[in-house]
Amino acid sequence: MSNNTNFEHIPQEKFRFVQMDAQLHDKRLETKSRSFFQDALLRFSKNKSSVVAAWILAFLLLFSLISPLLSPYSINDKDKLYINYPSYVPSIAKLHIGIMDGAKVHSSQNETSMNYWKGIAQETGMEPVLGVVKENVTTVKYRGQMVERKTYDLYVNRYYELGIVYRVFSYAEFQKIQDWQNETGIQVIYPYVDPADIGGSTDTPNIWYQVDGSGSAVLDADGNLQPVYCTKKSIEGAEYNSLRIAGDDGSYIYSAKKSGSVQARVCYYNYYQYLNGHEPSYVFGTTSMGQDLFAAVGVGARFSLIFALLVSAINLTIGAIYGAIQGYYGGRIDLFMDRISDILSGLPFVVVITLFQLHLAQKWGVVPSLLFAFVLTGWIGMAALTRKQFYRFKGQEFVMAARTLGASDARLMFKHIFPNAIGTIITSCALVIPSVIRSETTISYLGIVDLSAFAGTTIGTLLSQGNAAVTSAPHTLLWPSIFLSLLMISFNLFGNGLRDAFNPTTRGEDD
Amino acid sequence: MLKYSLQRIVYMVIVFMIITCMCFVLIRMLPPAQLPAGDPHTVVIEARREAAGYNKPYMVQFGIFLKDIVTDFNWGVSDKLFFGQDVVKLFSQRMPATVIVNLYSVLFSIPLGIAFGIFAALKKNTWVDYTISTLTMVVISVPSFIYAFIIQYIFSYKLGWLPFLMKSGTDWFSPAMFVSMIPAIMSLGFGTIAAFTRTTRAELTEVLTSEFMLLARTKGLTKAQATVRHALRNCFVVVVPAIIGEFVSILGGSLIIEKIFSIPGVGRLTIDAINAQDYPIFMLTTCFYTAIGLVANLVVDISYGFIDPRIRMGSKK
Repeated sequence: MSNNTNFEHIPQEKFRFVQMDAQLHDKRLETKSRSFFQDALLRFSKNKSSVVAAWILAFLLLFSLISPLLSPYSINDKDKLYINYPSYVPSIAKLHIGIMDGAKVHSSQNETSMNYWKGIAQETGMEPVLGVVKENVTTVKYRGQMVERKTYDLYVNRYYELGIVYRVFSYAEFQKIQDWQNETGIQVIYPYVDPADIGGSTDTPNIWYQVDGSGSAVLDADGNLQPVYCTKKSIEGAEYNSLRIAGDDGSYIYSAKKSGSVQARVCYYNYYQYLNGHEPSYVFGTTSMGQDLFAAVGVGARFSLIFALLVSAINLTIGAIYGAIQGYYGGRIDLFMDRISDILSGLPFVVVITLFQLHLAQKWGVVPSLLFAFVLTGWIGMAALTRKQFYRFKGQEFVMAARTLGASDARLMFKHIFPNAIGTIITSCALVIPSVIRSETTISYLGIVDLSAFAGTTIGTLLSQGNAAVTSAPHTLLWPSIFLSLLMISFNLFGNGLRDAFNPTTRGEDD
Repeated sequence: MLKYSLQRIVYMVIVFMIITCMCFVLIRMLPPAQLPAGDPHTVVIEARREAAGYNKPYMVQFGIFLKDIVTDFNWGVSDKLFFGQDVVKLFSQRMPATVIVNLYSVLFSIPLGIAFGIFAALKKNTWVDYTISTLTMVVISVPSFIYAFIIQYIFSYKLGWLPFLMKSGTDWFSPAMFVSMIPAIMSLGFGTIAAFTRTTRAELTEVLTSEFMLLARTKGLTKAQATVRHALRNCFVVVVPAIIGEFVSILGGSLIIEKIFSIPGVGRLTIDAINAQDYPIFMLTTCFYTAIGLVANLVVDISYGFIDPRIRMGSKK
């Protein structure tokens, strides 16, 4: 007590100002402030699997944009003969490393087909048989005697194997091909063979040698094929003065008359070069429509992605507004609006798609009606999510404060409450996109909606075409499947990463 | 609880009626199937359509439709796909294939899924857990038809162990039939396994870290006892309704798997009806799928209440 008394009467001159000249203020923060999104980005980049998924996703997006440009073919280029052919790139095939060589294994081939391929190789100079995979020896009973039969599993280039085909040309066209031949030195037209000389067969253009009744080659003493090229000037279709094959003394004819035009045997591989200006080059092979699969996957994926983005953007908008009204007003309005979404969510998806297609596809077009079908029920999840967030935030003090200051309902909803829910909504959007792609693929696989007229093709269509040829041409199924699976996995991983980044509290909730 | 269930059932029936009415009107608004020219049955079909009220207002048509269903369960006859055959009969012929394939798939995949889930949860944050979780993630993301392709290619084509398509015939329980169903069962199963693994793992890890587990250990239970008696029971509050929901939806089947393996099931019938624009069949399958969806939802919601008294109390308000 006695100490305190000393402070009661302090003389005035003992007081002095701490400072007079400058204003007092808090020390500035040295660190930079981080926004909500920067924070989320930082958290996202720490999640390794999601970052990898994001890179894969970027690659797939890039692929779908670039592959139709890189491919020499458009989606409308449909080759009539190169159907379900394996991948083939001439420059890589020449290296003989076993990839992109357009080859397929033909199992259990006998001497007849060996000679058939030998004939193609000898005539066109392109050896279809790339190698023997396996040699099987079986003993069979033939006319009462045990005979040893050899069969081979062969690795055959399908593009070369096609060999020669019959084509009918006008005289002018025939002359044009000859000019092209002279210019490039690539032989398209090969000497004509009279069907009468090869057992009357008119659908085996590859046979130019003596055959017996069953179509097997008749070899001479040295085991060589014996040519039966036609020399009858009487049936010659048009004058031929261009490249001639070796061993031709000028007597072979190269075309036959065919009611006002000429029929000729053309080497399809070279004819293709004449038509397109380049050799066939299919990185992923061809589809069952004769399209380039490389371009087709890109075109299909591009449609799926754009469509999914559009659907999720629309659903996000509708769902957010609907859910905001529901959650903000609550009570009867909420109940009534909930009943509407209950009824819509009870509608089976296939039924919605079908009804929209049947009613609107003719009036509005296939894609808009498909879009409407996706939107009709798609927004419900988003609305429920927004509603939940609104219930969480609408009673909090900052909302009340804003209301006291006179903010309108719309302002409260979209300026004050909505930004709090944005993280959740963005994340669910990232997870909605893959589910839209999956549904769209399923629908186009099932053939309920035919999108090929609008989009060229879709992943679902490619899968359905590929599934029909699963044994003969597995590649047509492989590439779309790989693309779709990678897209789904990386989208989901990416979405999960986003969710963890935006809502750190719910990390790993349904993981 | 009873009152709540009844309320929900009444509400479900109302929703079902509204959806049926909407679809019915939308389907009847489409022009009816063209009759083949010079068909001897034209008169009969015209008369039948007249009786179904084709020229009356839509709501009257809907009334006639409902009356036919209630009085003698008559859903009409197919007018394109299976010309003149009773729709209900066609539909019930398709039912066994769908149910059997899906039942097998559910029966083998649910236990597997739960087992993987439990295993992952018990080994949380070890490589086992990481492997299972990553695989689950991948399997859930990839659509079921991709598995169908893989199985068809590897097991049916390369190895030749399984047939490509399901055997035709009605000997549902013969061994040959079972073998021909395996590809479909497997492709349907992957997704289910992954879904159950994920649910079980998420629930169980949460339960295992809660305090009553610590108490159970403190009072002297071994880890196995505590897990089986306390953790699993709590985790099944979520898992069992999921199982029930899965069992309800086996009736629906999968459109795409049924198409790939040519299973003569309900999904196939639906797709065929859509492609052939056979409206009576489509109407029936629409009602069927709507009902399945609504019932599955309802059963799951109610079963939560039956299993967990805490939720039951909440529902009474």
